[in-house]
Amino acid sequence: MNGEGLLILGPVLAAMITAATPLLYAALGELVVEKSGVLNLGVEGMMLAGAVIGFIVMVNTGSHTLGFAGAALAGAVMAALFGVLTLLLLANQVATGLALTLFGVGLASLVGQGYVGRPIPDVPELRVPGLSDLPIVGPALFGHDLPVYLALALVPAVSWFLYRTRAGLVLRAVGENHSAAHALGYKVLGIRFLAVLFGGAMSGMGGAYLSLAYTPMWAEGMTAGRGWIALALVVFATWKPERVLLGAWLFGGVTIMQLHAQGMGLAVSSQLLSMLPYLATVVVLVAISRDVTRIRLNAPACLGKVFHPEA
Amino acid sequence: MTAPPPRLALRGITKRFPGTLANDSVDLTLLPGEVHALVGENGAGKSTLVKIIYGVLHADAGTIEWDGREVTIPSPHAARRLGIGMVFQHFSLFDTLTVAENIALGLEAPGPMKDLAARIRAVSERYGLALDPGRHVFDLSVGERQRVEIVRCLLQDPRLLIMDEPTSVLTPQEVTRLFETLKRLAAEGCTILYISHKLEEIRAICDRATVLRGGKVVATCNPRQETARSLAEMMIGAELTTPDRAGAPVAGAPRLEVRHLATTSDNPFATNLVDVSLEVRAGEILGIAGVAGNGQAELMAALSGEVLVADEAAIRIDGRPVGHLGPRARRELGFAFVPEERLGRGAVPELSLSENALLSGYAREPLVRGGLVHFGRARSYAERIIGAFNVVSRGHRAEARSLSGGNLQKFIIGREILQKPKLLVVGQPTWGVDAGAAAAIHQALIDLARGGAAVLVVSQDLDELFVLSDRIAVLFHGRLSESRPTHHTTVEEIGLLMGGLFGTAADDEEVGRVA
Amino acid sequence: MIRLEARGQASRVMVYATPVLAVALTLASGFLLFWALGFDPVKALHAFFIQPLTTARGLGELVVKATPLVLCAVGLAIGFRANVWNIGAEGQLTLGALAGGGLALAFYGEGGWWLLPLMVLGGIAGGMAWAAIPAFLKVRFNASEILTSLMLTYVALLLLTYMVNGPYRDPDGFAFPESRMFEPEAVLPVLVEGTRVHLGALFALLAVAGGWVLMSRTFIGFQIRVIGLTPAAAGYAGFNEKRIVWLTLLLSGGLAGLAGLGEVAGPIGQITPGISPGYGFTAIIVAFLGRLHPVGILLAGLLMALSFIGGEAAQIGLGLPKAITGVFQGMLLFFLLATDVLIRYRVRFGAKRVTA
Repeated sequence: MNGEGLLILGPVLAAMITAATPLLYAALGELVVEKSGVLNLGVEGMMLAGAVIGFIVMVNTGSHTLGFAGAALAGAVMAALFGVLTLLLLANQVATGLALTLFGVGLASLVGQGYVGRPIPDVPELRVPGLSDLPIVGPALFGHDLPVYLALALVPAVSWFLYRTRAGLVLRAVGENHSAAHALGYKVLGIRFLAVLFGGAMSGMGGAYLSLAYTPMWAEGMTAGRGWIALALVVFATWKPERVLLGAWLFGGVTIMQLHAQGMGLAVSSQLLSMLPYLATVVVLVAISRDVTRIRLNAPACLGKVFHPEA
Repeated sequence: MTAPPPRLALRGITKRFPGTLANDSVDLTLLPGEVHALVGENGAGKSTLVKIIYGVLHADAGTIEWDGREVTIPSPHAARRLGIGMVFQHFSLFDTLTVAENIALGLEAPGPMKDLAARIRAVSERYGLALDPGRHVFDLSVGERQRVEIVRCLLQDPRLLIMDEPTSVLTPQEVTRLFETLKRLAAEGCTILYISHKLEEIRAICDRATVLRGGKVVATCNPRQETARSLAEMMIGAELTTPDRAGAPVAGAPRLEVRHLATTSDNPFATNLVDVSLEVRAGEILGIAGVAGNGQAELMAALSGEVLVADEAAIRIDGRPVGHLGPRARRELGFAFVPEERLGRGAVPELSLSENALLSGYAREPLVRGGLVHFGRARSYAERIIGAFNVVSRGHRAEARSLSGGNLQKFIIGREILQKPKLLVVGQPTWGVDAGAAAAIHQALIDLARGGAAVLVVSQDLDELFVLSDRIAVLFHGRLSESRPTHHTTVEEIGLLMGGLFGTAADDEEVGRVA
Repeated sequence: MIRLEARGQASRVMVYATPVLAVALTLASGFLLFWALGFDPVKALHAFFIQPLTTARGLGELVVKATPLVLCAVGLAIGFRANVWNIGAEGQLTLGALAGGGLALAFYGEGGWWLLPLMVLGGIAGGMAWAAIPAFLKVRFNASEILTSLMLTYVALLLLTYMVNGPYRDPDGFAFPESRMFEPEAVLPVLVEGTRVHLGALFALLAVAGGWVLMSRTFIGFQIRVIGLTPAAAGYAGFNEKRIVWLTLLLSGGLAGLAGLGEVAGPIGQITPGISPGYGFTAIIVAFLGRLHPVGILLAGLLMALSFIGGEAAQIGLGLPKAITGVFQGMLLFFLLATDVLIRYRVRFGAKRVTA
C-alpha cells in the first residue's frame, strides 16, 4: 500500500507541474512588465487571445511550434494595444487592463467560433532515455513536453536578465523611479513598451499551453481566471522570479488535488471543490499583502503610475 | 599664443513651453577650470538651461559650442560622452538599488560590477567622499546620496560638472567639505557650473556669475565684487524687502506641547521620532531646522493627526491631550496646518480653488451643513482668500494645478490663516517660491504670531528660519535638540546641530526647562 | 510628428465629446468588422443598433436590460471615483439573486405582501455581504480588491451552479438544474403593460438620483472624489480612507445585489444557472462610458443594453456570432480610453523645433 502510494506521487507531481505551466508563463511575463513599472490587468484577455490563435494556427498548419509562435504574437499584439493606450495616450492602466480582458474574451470567442470542440494531436513528450524510466522522479520530471521545460528554463532566464544584465538593471531602474531614469537619458516609454510586449507574448504562450497541450482543445473562456491568478502570483512572489515558480506549483498542486478529490468521488460537490484555486488565491494574497513593509521594499515604486516625458 | 577656447559656449538659446518662454536667447560662456554660478529666482529658467546642456531638453533655437566646436547634444548619453556630468537637485537615484548599481546606470561603459566597485572605492578615497558600493540607497543619508551622484560624475572624468542647488540639503559643515572637493576639481581643470540662489555661497566659491531673470541673462559679474544684497536685487529686479518684525514676542501661554513623542512605522524608508519634546507659546514662532529625511515628515504627520500617536498625552493643544485625535478634531480645537508638499497634499491639483478651500476649511468655516456641502459659501471663502492674499489666478474656478508655486502657497497659507487658528504648523513655507510671494508669506506668518497665535515652522532653509523664528531647534535622526533663542545662536552652531552634535543625556534633561 | 501638449485646464467640451467620439469610432470599426466577416455592413449595423428600437417590445427590452447595468454601474462608478476597484459586481449580483431569490423559495406557498420587500432587502444584503469580504481584506490586510473581488466572482458563479443543482433545485423539475418558478407574490410587478419592464427600473432611476446627490451635493461625495484624486490630500484633510473603502464597496455590492434580485424576481422569475449574461462586467464599461457620473451612466446603460439586444437580434436575424457583442463592448471602452487623452492634452501636428 505504502509503495503504491509513493508510485502515484510520480504522475501527481507531473500533473502538478503541467497544471502550473500556463500560470508560470503568464506570471513571469507579468512580473517583467510590473518590474518596469506597468500594471497590465489584461493578462486574462491576452491568454485567451493566445489560446485561440495558437489553436487555430495549429489546426491549420499542423505544427505545434507555429501554434505557440502564433500565440505569442497574438498576445504581443494585444499587449501592444495596451501599450499604445497607457504609454502613448496616458490612459489609466487599471481601466485599460480591464478593457483588454473584456475585449479579449469577446474577440477570442468570435475568432474561435468554428473551432470549438475540434480535436488536435497531443504535443509529443520529450523522453530522456534512462531518466524518464526512473520511478517517481521519472514521470514527475522527465516525461513532459517541450513547453514545460521552456517555462521552467524561463525562471532562471528572467532572473538572470533582471539581476545580471545591464538591460535588466535599466528595466528595474525605470520601474523604480521613472523621472530619474528619464533624467539619466533612458527611454522610459520605449523600455516599458518592450516589457509590455514581452508580457503579452508570455501570456499568449500560457494561453496556448492550455489549448494545445493541457486540455487540448478550444472552448470559450477556457482560461477560467488563470490570468487573474497569475496577477496574484506576482504579488505572492513579491516580484521575485524564483518565488513565482513556487507559487505556480502551489496552484498547480491545488488544482490537481481538487481534480483528484473529484475523481475519487469525495462526498463534496464538484462545484465546491472547483472553488479551491480561487479561494487559495485570496488566502495567499492576504497572507502576503498584510506585510506592508515587505511589499513596499519589493514592489516597483512607479507601478501603475503614468509617465509623460515633458510633464 | 591665443587663449584656449571656452569649454562651453551657448549662443542664443531659446526654449518655449506652452504659455511661457523659459529661455529667451541666452548666451553663456564657461571657461576651463572656472567655477561659474548660474543664479536666478525660481522660474527664471535655470533648470531649463542646464537640462538643455545635459541633453534632457532640446533648445528651440540657438547653438552650443564645446571646446570651440559646434555640437548638438541630443541626449544625456551624448552629454556624458562629451564629458558633461550633472548632479541633480532632486537626485536621480533609485532607492532599492545599490550604490554600485546606481552609479552604473549613470555611466556609458560601466564594465563588470566587481571592477566598478573597486573604481568607486578609488575615486571616493581620492576625493574624500566615503561610499560603500554595496549599500542600498534608501539606507543612505541625504549627504551620502549626493556623494553617490558626485562620484557617478567623477568616474567619467568630467570636463564640465553641473551642480543643481547642491547645498539645499546639506549641513553648513557638509557644504564646506563639498566646496573643498569642487575647488580641487576646478584646480584639476574641470569647469563647474554651480546653480544656486544662496548668494553667500556663490560669493564664497564662484569666479564668475551669470544672472537669469524671466528667462533672460540680465548680468554677468564677479560675485566677489558684489554684495549678497546687490546680487539679490539683480535676481529679483527690484529692491529687496525684509519682513517687518516690529513688536517684541509676548510669551503667552503654551499652545502646543509635545512631550517625549516617539513614533514607529511600517514604512521601511521612514525615520522614527525618538523622545521629541517641544513647546510653542502664543505669540511666538518656533523654527525647526534639519536636513531633509531626519524625521520632518514624521513630525508633521504626528502633529497634524494624519498618524495617530500611541501616547495621547504626548501632544497637547492648549493643555488638552490630542495624540489620539485625527486631523479634523485637532482642527476643531484651533489647529491649522500647511504641509510641505503643496500640490498633492495641501491641495488637490484637479480640483477648483473653491473645492480646495473646502478641503481643510470645512472644519472651522460653516461650509457643510447636515452632510451637504454649501458650495456658495465655499466659493465666497475661496474668493476671500484670493483677495486677502493677492493670489494671482483665474478666480475660484481655476484648478489648483494651474497656479504658480508661489500663488498656490499663498492660497494654502491664506486658507489656513483665515480660519483664525490658535496654532499653525507650516512645512517649508517658501520652498520653490518666488521672492515676492516669499516675502508676503513671511510677513503673514509674523503677523499671525504677533496677533497671538503660536506658529511652528519646519524648514531646511536656515536663512528663512533666522528671519522668522524667535527660537530654533534642530531635528537629527529623529531626535530634536533643545531650542535656542535666535539672537543667541549662529548659523554655525545650528549647522553643527544639523550634523548631529547633540542627543546626549544632558540635552534630553534640559528640554523641559528650556522649551 | 504628432505630439501631446498639456492643457492648462481640463477641457469641459472634451469631457462630453469623447464618449460620442468613441461611439462613432466603434461604429466605424464595426462597419469594417462586419465587412471583414463577410456581412453587408449597413444591414448588419441596422439590425444591430436600429432594428431593436423600432418596436415597443424592443424598447421595453432595452429598459429591462439597462436596469441591472445601471444599478451595478452607479455603484461601481462611486467606488472607481475613490480608486476602489470593485470588479466583482457579477459575483455580488449573483449573491443578491441567491439570497433574495432564496427567500422566495424558502417562503414558497406562504408568501404575502411582505415577501417582496423582504426579498429586496435580502438581495441587497447578499450583494453587500459578498462585497464586504474584499472590503475587509483590503482594510485589514491591504489585499488588492481588484483580485479578491474577481476571485470571489468565480466562487459566486460556482456557488450558483451548486445551489441550482442542490438545495435550490426544483423538486418537480426532473433533476433540471433550475429552481421552481416564483409565486406571483415573489415577482416584481410589471410597470408597463405589454413589456417586461419591472419595478427594478424604478430602483435604477432612484439609484441614479441618489448617486447624483451623493457625489455632487454631499460632503461624503466630496471626500470620495478627493481620496480618488489625491489620497495624500485626503489624509491631510482628515478624511477616513478606510471608511470610504467600506462605504463604496458596500454600496456597490448592495446595488449589484439588488440588480441580481431584480433579474430573478423580474424577467427570469426563478433561479437558473445563467442569471446574467455578464451584466456585472459590462457595468464596468457602462461606468466609464458614463464618465463615472450617474446621469451619464443612465445613457451609457441604455446604449450598452442596446448592444446586448442588438447582438441577440443580429444572431437570430443574420446569423452573426453572439460574441460580437463582447467585441463591440470592449472596443467601445478602448476607444473611450484612447480619446480621453484629449481632455487634458491637445494634439499638435508638425515638427516642434523652430529654427532661429
